[in-house]
Amino acid sequence: MSIIFVLITVSTLVAGVFLAAFIWAVRKGQFDDDRSPAVRILHDSLPTRNEHP
Amino acid sequence: MTERFQYDNRIVKNFLFITILWGVVGMLVGLIAALQLVVPGLNFSEWSTFGRIRPLHTNAVIFAFVGNAIFTGAYYSLQRLLKARMYSDLLSRIHFWGWQLIIVAAAVTLPLGMTQGKEYAELEWPIDIAIAFVWIVFGINMFGTILKRRERHLYVAIWFYIGTWVTVAMLHIVNSIAIPVTLGKSYSWYAGVQDALVQWWYGHNAVAFFLTTPFLGLMYYFLPKAANRPVYSYKLSIIHFWSLIFIYIWAGPHHLLYSALPEWAQSLGVAFSVMLIAPSWGGMLNGLLTLRGAWDRVREDPVLKFFVVAVTCYGMATLEGPLLSVKSINAIAHYTDWIVAHVHIGGIGWNGFLTFGMVYWLAPRLFGTKLYSTKLANVHFWLGTLGIIFYAVPLYFAGFFQSLMWQQFTPDGFLVYKNFLDTVLEIKYAYWLRAIGGSIYLIGVLIMVYNVVKTVKAGKLVADEDAEAPALEKLEKEPAGHWHTWIERRPIQMLVWSLVAVAIGGIIEMVPTFLVKSNVPTIASVKPYTPLELHGRDIYVMEGCYTCHSQMIRPFRGETERYGEYSKAGEYVYDHPFQWGSKRTGPDLHRVGGKYPNSWHYYHMWDPTSMSPGSLMPAYPHLFENAIDTTTTRRKIEAMITLGVPYGSDLPAKANADLMRQGQAIADDLKKAGIETSADRDIIALIAYLQRMGTDIKAAAVATK
Repeated sequence: MSIIFVLITVSTLVAGVFLAAFIWAVRKGQFDDDRSPAVRILHDSLPTRNEHP
Repeated sequence: MTERFQYDNRIVKNFLFITILWGVVGMLVGLIAALQLVVPGLNFSEWSTFGRIRPLHTNAVIFAFVGNAIFTGAYYSLQRLLKARMYSDLLSRIHFWGWQLIIVAAAVTLPLGMTQGKEYAELEWPIDIAIAFVWIVFGINMFGTILKRRERHLYVAIWFYIGTWVTVAMLHIVNSIAIPVTLGKSYSWYAGVQDALVQWWYGHNAVAFFLTTPFLGLMYYFLPKAANRPVYSYKLSIIHFWSLIFIYIWAGPHHLLYSALPEWAQSLGVAFSVMLIAPSWGGMLNGLLTLRGAWDRVREDPVLKFFVVAVTCYGMATLEGPLLSVKSINAIAHYTDWIVAHVHIGGIGWNGFLTFGMVYWLAPRLFGTKLYSTKLANVHFWLGTLGIIFYAVPLYFAGFFQSLMWQQFTPDGFLVYKNFLDTVLEIKYAYWLRAIGGSIYLIGVLIMVYNVVKTVKAGKLVADEDAEAPALEKLEKEPAGHWHTWIERRPIQMLVWSLVAVAIGGIIEMVPTFLVKSNVPTIASVKPYTPLELHGRDIYVMEGCYTCHSQMIRPFRGETERYGEYSKAGEYVYDHPFQWGSKRTGPDLHRVGGKYPNSWHYYHMWDPTSMSPGSLMPAYPHLFENAIDTTTTRRKIEAMITLGVPYGSDLPAKANADLMRQGQAIADDLKKAGIETSADRDIIALIAYLQRMGTDIKAAAVATK
C-alpha cells in the first residue's frame, strides 16, 4: 500500500497549489467585490460604432 | 485607454461542430453496446465485441463529446470574461486538431484491442503522451490569455477551468505511468491493490474534474447569460469552487468499498464523499435560484429548459453519489446496473443537457442569426427528458433487484439463485427498456443536428467578433522592503507554509523507502504467472473481460457461498494492471480457476450458450484461429522483471519453451475430452490463465493441512 503515500503526496501538493492560488486571490482582492462581477458578465462590450475620440 | 480587438469565434465554431459530431457517434456506439447485451449476435466480429465497444463508447462520450464541449464553452467564455482574444491562434488550432487526432487514434486502437485495461484510461501509452502534450498546449493558451487579460477580476467560471486543468494534468500523468512492451502494449507500473487505488483515485477525480468542475464553469457562465440575470449568489459560487476543489480529491476510495483495500483508506473515502453533498448542493441551488423571478421564461426558452434539467440532474447525481458511498448502500449497489443508471443521470442529464442548452444558445450567436426552430428544440428537450427517464428508471430497478437476488438464501441456508445467469435473465427486460430510452435520447440529438444545420445555413459565421475594453491599469506597487518582511508580518501563514515545506521534504525522503518495501501482506504461496498464463491474462485484458466480470469477491456470505473464499490483497501482487472490474454483467471470476474442466472453457468461449443456455456473453471464435504472439514473450517477461516480479534471470531466454510445454499439456488434456486443437492458439493461453486464477491461495490451504 506504499502507493497511498505517493497519492497523498501528489494530492497534497495540488491542494497546496490551490491553497497558494487562494491566498494569492484573496491578497489581490479578487473576492473583495462579490456583487458586480456577476452583473458585469452580462454586458458584452461591443464597440460603439462611428465614434472615434 | 480603450483598446479594440476581436474575439476568435472560428475556434469556438470548430469545437462546437465536432462536439455534436462526436456526440452522435459516441451515443450511437453506446446504443450498440446496450443492444449487444440483449442480442449477443450483434457482437459481429473480433473487433466489435462488447468488451471493446464499451471502452469505445465511454472514451467517445467522455473525451470526445464532453471534452470538446468543455473546450467550446471555455474558448467562448474565456475570451469574453477576460476581454481578450485567445493567447495564440496557432495554439488554438494545435489544440483542436491534436485533440481530434487523439480521438481518431482511440477509435482505431480500442476496437483493435490495444488497451491498458483500466477504466476510462484505456488508451495506450503513445496516445497518453499525445494527450499530455495537447493538454499542456491548452494550458499555455489558457494561462496566456489570463495573463494578457483586460479585466482584473477572474470570474468564478475561470477558476473552475483552472482547477480542471491542473488536476486533470496530475491525474492523467500519475495514473498512466506504465512500462511499454510494444507500441500498442504496456503494463501498468503499479500492481494489484496499489493499481486499483491509483486507478480509482484517477477514475473518481476524472468524474470530478472532467465531467463536473469544467461544466460548473460553463454553468456559471452560460446559465446567467441565457437567463440574462446575475447568478443568485456570487459569494456562494466562490465558496462552491474552493470547497469542491479541496474535498473532491480525497473521495476516490469509495469505489473500492469491501475490497482488499485497507479499511482506513475506505473510511477516509466515505467521509469525504459524504462531505461533498454540501458544496454540490450549494452549487445546484445557486444555479436554480439564478432563475428566481424568471421561471416564466423557462416555459418559453428551450435553452433554459435544458439548463434547469441539467442542473437538477447534477443535484440528483451528487446526492446519490455520497449515498452510494455509504457502505451499507454500496454493498447493494456495487457491481450492479444501479451504478450504470447513476452515471447516466450525470452523463446524459448533467453533461448532455448542459451541452445541448449551450449549443442552442451559441449556434445562432456565432452565425449572427436566430435559431431555426424553437419548436424543434422543444421537441428535442422532451424527447431527451423522456430518454433519460426510460434509460435510468429500469436500470435502477434492475440493479436493486439483481443485487437482492445475488444475496437471497432459502430458509435452510442455500442460495436461491445458484446460477448467476438466472439473475441476469430476470433483468433482461430492463436492458431492452434502457436501449429504448437511449434510442429516444439519440433521436432528440439528431433533431438538434438538423436544427443546427438549418440555423448555420441561414446565417454567416462571425469569425472575428469586434470588441473593445480599456487596457488593464498597472496596480500600484506595494511598499518596498525586504521580501521577508512580508512573511514576517504573517506569523500564522509562515507557520503553515513551514509545515507544508517540511512535510513535502519528509515525504520526498520517505516515499522511495515505502516503494521498496511494500506493506501489502504477501502470501507465500502466491507465485508469478507462467509465460503462457501471462499471455492469457493479456488476452483477458485485450478482450475487455473486466467490463462484465469482476475479480474481487467481497466478504459477504452471499458472495463466498457463490464464488468461494473472499479476495485478499496479497493475491494480486503480480497483477499489472489489476482487473477487479466494477460491474458484474457476468459472474465474478476470481475463484474460477479449477472450477470447470478445460473442455468447459473451450466450448464456452466458442459458444457460451452451449454451456450456459441463454447466456448474453459474446462468442470468441477468433481466439481459436489466432496463434499466440510468441515474439513478444521475452519482452513481456523482461518488463515484468523490471517491475519487480521475481522471475528467474534465465526465464526470458527459455520463456517460449516453457510456454509451449504448458500449452501442450492443456492441448493433451483437451484431447482426452475429444477436442483436437493445436497448442499454440490464443484460447489455450486464455484457458491457462482462467484455470490459474485465484488458485494459489488454495495451494497454501493444502500445504498447511
